Amino acid sequence: MREKSNSLFYNIDWITVAIYFILILIGWMNIYSAVYDEASSTIFNLSRLESKQFIFILIAIVLAFSIIIIDASFFTATAYILFAGIILLNIVVCFLGTDIRGSHSWFKFGSFSFQPAEFAKWATALAIAKYLSGVAKKEWRTKLLVTIGFIFIPIAVIVVLQNETGCALVFAAFIIVMYREGLVQGIFLFFGLLVVLSIIIGLKYPGFIIGVAVVLLLIAAFRLMLVRRTVKQFLLTAIIVSLFSGLYLVAPKVMEKLPEHQTGRIKSWLGLPVSRAMQDRFGYNTKQSMIAIGSGGWAGKGYLQGTQTKYRFVPEQETDFIFCTVGEEWGFVGTAFIILLYLILISRLIIMSERQRSDFTRIYGYGVAAIFFIHLVVNIGMTIGLLPVIGIPLPFFSYGGSSLISFTILLFIFVKLDSQRLLILR
Amino acid sequence: MNSGSRRYIIIAFAVVVAFLYILRLFYVQVVEDKYKLSAQNQAFLYVTDYPPRGNIFDRNGKLLVINQVAYDLMVVPRNMKGCDTLGLCKILNISISDFYKRLIKFSGSVKEASKDYRTYIFETQMLPELNARIQERLYRFNGFYVQARTVRKYNYAIAAHLLGYVGEVNQALVDTSSYYKSGDYIGKSGIEKSYESALRGIKGVQIKMRDVHNNIKGSFKGGIYDTAAKRGSDLICTLDAELQLLGEKLMMNKIGGLAAIDPSTGEILALVTSPTYDPNILVGRDFPKNYTLLLNDSLGKPLINRASQSFYPPGSTFKLMNALIAQQEGVLNGTTTYPCAMGFPLNKGMPGCHEHGSPLNLDGAISQSCNSYFSYVFKSILDNKKYHGKNKEGFEAWRKYIQSFGAGVRVGTDLPFDARGSLPTVAYYNKVFGNGWYTMNVISLGIGQAELGLTPLQMCNVVCSIANRGYFYTPHVIRKIGNDNPLEKWALKNQTLITNNDAYENVIAGMANVFINGTARSSAIIGIEMCGKTGTAQNPHGDNHSVFVCFAPRINPKICVAILVENAGQGAWWAAPIASLMVEQYLTGKITGQPRLDIKKRMEEGDLIHMDPTIKKTNPAFW
Repeated sequence: MREKSNSLFYNIDWITVAIYFILILIGWMNIYSAVYDEASSTIFNLSRLESKQFIFILIAIVLAFSIIIIDASFFTATAYILFAGIILLNIVVCFLGTDIRGSHSWFKFGSFSFQPAEFAKWATALAIAKYLSGVAKKEWRTKLLVTIGFIFIPIAVIVVLQNETGCALVFAAFIIVMYREGLVQGIFLFFGLLVVLSIIIGLKYPGFIIGVAVVLLLIAAFRLMLVRRTVKQFLLTAIIVSLFSGLYLVAPKVMEKLPEHQTGRIKSWLGLPVSRAMQDRFGYNTKQSMIAIGSGGWAGKGYLQGTQTKYRFVPEQETDFIFCTVGEEWGFVGTAFIILLYLILISRLIIMSERQRSDFTRIYGYGVAAIFFIHLVVNIGMTIGLLPVIGIPLPFFSYGGSSLISFTILLFIFVKLDSQRLLILR
Repeated sequence: MNSGSRRYIIIAFAVVVAFLYILRLFYVQVVEDKYKLSAQNQAFLYVTDYPPRGNIFDRNGKLLVINQVAYDLMVVPRNMKGCDTLGLCKILNISISDFYKRLIKFSGSVKEASKDYRTYIFETQMLPELNARIQERLYRFNGFYVQARTVRKYNYAIAAHLLGYVGEVNQALVDTSSYYKSGDYIGKSGIEKSYESALRGIKGVQIKMRDVHNNIKGSFKGGIYDTAAKRGSDLICTLDAELQLLGEKLMMNKIGGLAAIDPSTGEILALVTSPTYDPNILVGRDFPKNYTLLLNDSLGKPLINRASQSFYPPGSTFKLMNALIAQQEGVLNGTTTYPCAMGFPLNKGMPGCHEHGSPLNLDGAISQSCNSYFSYVFKSILDNKKYHGKNKEGFEAWRKYIQSFGAGVRVGTDLPFDARGSLPTVAYYNKVFGNGWYTMNVISLGIGQAELGLTPLQMCNVVCSIANRGYFYTPHVIRKIGNDNPLEKWALKNQTLITNNDAYENVIAGMANVFINGTARSSAIIGIEMCGKTGTAQNPHGDNHSVFVCFAPRINPKICVAILVENAGQGAWWAAPIASLMVEQYLTGKITGQPRLDIKKRMEEGDLIHMDPTIKKTNPAFW
């Protein structure tokens, strides 16, 4: 027993590790297919993406192994330092970075580039876990203000400055963590959902009458939630209603003020009338992506047989639109399988989080689950036309060393923390 | 809130979102088809192999219709960047604005064209000379390439209407057909249309894959779905090219139609319509221009096939039919005589007649073409005692006999246009004259006038039935397809309702006399016993039509001819000489003797379209 507990892999959650390996294997096969070209030789060649990705996978596995070796207390002890370091890197990249595909967030070393914004994901998760586990007794308002003010706003602002708006959106995932930790009440999440919905409806159907109808519906919904008729409640309702109306009226004007590519993506997503040129520029990705996925049918065209992806009809197909290759070559069977696999991973992460004695590990675990979840929702939602085009990767599938390594670190810190769940970590 | 229950809310939320996504994927991938279609359109290039159409031979093995190579100039607008537009316009002889008009027609706008990766036919059916000039500089015409196609070539400039022409399929057919695609060619008239399915062969398809830049990336699945093109079948036509050529020469500068049929088989030997045109003008890129010219010629109407589409009053040639019917009905025999008083005595001298001996028997009435005699005959058919004075029953019986000869019904040829002609009904006359009409109201049917209308082809078929003494084979122009056996449907004998052999022999005797001492004696041929009948068809459009029907030889007939020359006066003047020349050519292979050659020359040179109308009304023999 003693020897067993001394073993490196003692208490490792093998289910998570197995899913990780399945995902990177399938992910690599997909990248191989996405960039596959019958004409060129298949000998290992570092100028080819699948070879590069293979190296990234090896690096990631080495890193994962290193994390397993390190004692878990290292991460609790250095959470803030790691966070500060990553923030610093992200600030530096704003000044010294290289532009890649319109985003000013890359350090370039020869033919390899590195994106520190990816690393901010796990660093932020660590920082939040560290802060919230240390102030368990404090009032929720304080916790919420500090979390938002000192962790989210700085990192989000920096990432937006790098022109990586999609990446900044990822930090919204921590709402799930805050909900779990009691910082946010369910009713406010519901309320937030209504706000988002009303903005979307406001964009899609700008107009006074529809606006009034939407607002009335919202009041009705809210009256149901808050039954007590006090002056305070009345005032609150009034504030909410005016907020809604304001948002509703302002949203279309705000949309027009956004950078052109964002306006274009939102408009083509909502099916709003745009010029033909704009439709071609910003609707093209989604159209081609849906053609590729839709043409897969039940069981797909077979591995390496995808015409839409192989012949480069889908832009960004090896990075943000990698899910198209899955959809085209493996069909509905493949896409449903991948989604279920991720669902199992996320559920497993939540179950693991809930079995912790340590608040730190639990909060970090929820952060990991939430980050995976939002990537999945936004990335796949974009490829199947449910969400506007937002450039974030599909974990373990999209080509790129930064994201693969970052997701591996994210996941394996938790696997390591979980393996020491019998200890109380601070 | 109890934080323990929140984990379930979070998991439930994730499950619901995952489920919604899977549902959406199910819709996009399994339910909806439009993405699959778009993918095919984008990534697959269907390259069609067009097989050559089958050749068409005449009855003696002469090649009438073959293929020649033509070239379609194809364009992919997206790849046009840097194209020498001006140079191309110069070669094609179009203006720059025409050039852009075409692009806009393809892609919607010039701007769209720069992104349009689809392929269009920019110029169709360029003949080799033009193609050579394009090829020379093709390297400067970015986005353009040339695709070889085959188009028709007509070795003899004859039988344009019968052979028909080939053109691009129309959109309506593309929409409904599973075979034809936009830009395909199809037989539009004549044999090309009737035998389209045999002539066209089967297109082959190669499925190529292309990338987003329209570069070909090889065959789909190594070509297992590709199909080879199958060449069209050759057709053996029943026409005699020499006879057809002679017929068209003789009919030159006249308006009308001529049909010649071998009665022993029903094979159409010649089918002449005039005015006609050289079928080669409806080939290639000049097709639209030339077709419009033909279409707009409102006087000559050269696109109408007057031999099978236009029907005319048969005039006196129809007396043969009435003579047969009356004998079958038992109201006439070879010895029956009727008087003539420069007209039909029973109806105040109407219809009128010309001067000849009176009374006449059947034989004399046919050779002299007596109107009075055949008015009596027609009256006897309708007022037959066996119908107890009900002339409408007599009329119905008369109609049925005629229909059994293929007149007033579609005769069922393999030509796309096969007019029914005009055979009035009892109901029609009830409407015109009221229910109680008299035989005298319709008496001019007895001499082939009034509402009667037959196409020259139908007239010829009637003569075939007489020559065969009671039956005919359906007239047709194609004997067999490819190496198959002759088409079986043509072997079917159509029996007429007139079964009395004496009736035929009596009529044929009269027809033989037409060449001996009758109306067509000047068209007799030494050594060939011909039987015929002249007609001078009155019509509401002008001068009488010159009509003639005949067959030869009398025993074992080999050829029947029916001819109508519009507004050319008496049958003996134009129709009979032309018919006799056709018979001589077919039976002997040439025209023999100076007198006959003189007639041939006179007929060929006779110009009834451009000449002084007063001269036209006289017998050309006296010019």
